[in-house]
Amino acid sequence: MTEDCPVCGADIANNGLLTNELIPCPDCGSDLEVIALSPFKLEPAPEEKEDWGE
Amino acid sequence: MAYSVIRQDEKMILDAAKREGIPLDTVRMEDLSSALGDVPFESDAVLDRGISQFRSYYFLKMAEEAGVFTMNSSEVVRICGDKYLTSAALVRHRIPTPRTSMALSPEAALREIERIGYPCVIKPVVGSWGRLLAKVNDRECAEAVLEHKDTLGGYPHSAIYIQDYVEKQGRDIRAFVVGDRTICAIYRNSEHWITNTARGGKASTCPVTEELNDICVRANEAVNGEIVAVDLFETEEGLSVNEVNHTMEFKNSVAPTGVDIPLLILRHFIDRARC
Repeated sequence: MTEDCPVCGADIANNGLLTNELIPCPDCGSDLEVIALSPFKLEPAPEEKEDWGE
Repeated sequence: MAYSVIRQDEKMILDAAKREGIPLDTVRMEDLSSALGDVPFESDAVLDRGISQFRSYYFLKMAEEAGVFTMNSSEVVRICGDKYLTSAALVRHRIPTPRTSMALSPEAALREIERIGYPCVIKPVVGSWGRLLAKVNDRECAEAVLEHKDTLGGYPHSAIYIQDYVEKQGRDIRAFVVGDRTICAIYRNSEHWITNTARGGKASTCPVTEELNDICVRANEAVNGEIVAVDLFETEEGLSVNEVNHTMEFKNSVAPTGVDIPLLILRHFIDRARC
């Protein structure tokens, strides 16, 4: 199953991805979030917030 | 395991659980709500892997108020998520740490900086990954940074955390503590004064000496932690603790150390949850 990168349109395959997983687009490098697996859906990852971190 | 997004670190924990046959359900914090005192999800123990400190804190409070075991606890998030509270805990436990000051206005901050001398470092009390750190080399720089904080910053920037600048010769140490043991450590090497791996610092293995293990375990105890990452400087007087992190990121540290950090986290979580 594949889905277009919402930023550059590249074809991205679902190879063992998880819901809410963050991945980089292999073509444009944008950070993406897996929103759903069935149907496979990607969105730009949420922007870093001030309280994010470790 | 509670999360907001699945990063490489969370995926490594899930992979370790699968590999070892450890049942580990996941729950996304943003999907939950509950009345105070009600259990917000089906579990009696939760491992916090939230990326947002604010959400993690209240999620853990929700769980704890319902009698759920949490690791780390909301109290650890409260202390480690605030650099001033962390510094206070370290000083209270007589753990070496850079000299720290607090000022509550730009004018008071400038007076304090002039008193302690240059260079010094201004940090936001809340924040991570080396964000918004400022090395202040002279009065003009101090005035500019303080004006920017006052004008552009939100209310957390009205508490101005000031620390001695420590010359670290191109590296510092990140050590991983699980329970009463420092399981491994890395040097974070960088030509920049900010050495976070999130900012390009390169990881290489660091031996866990008796001194390193002792100071890290004490730092973990000072913040009531279970699983923490301790950042340290090497100084002429010995090791000095800079920060204690409550949701450690380890994806860049497993390869150089050869230590299965996610598996050791999981095993410690299960051991403590069973107590």
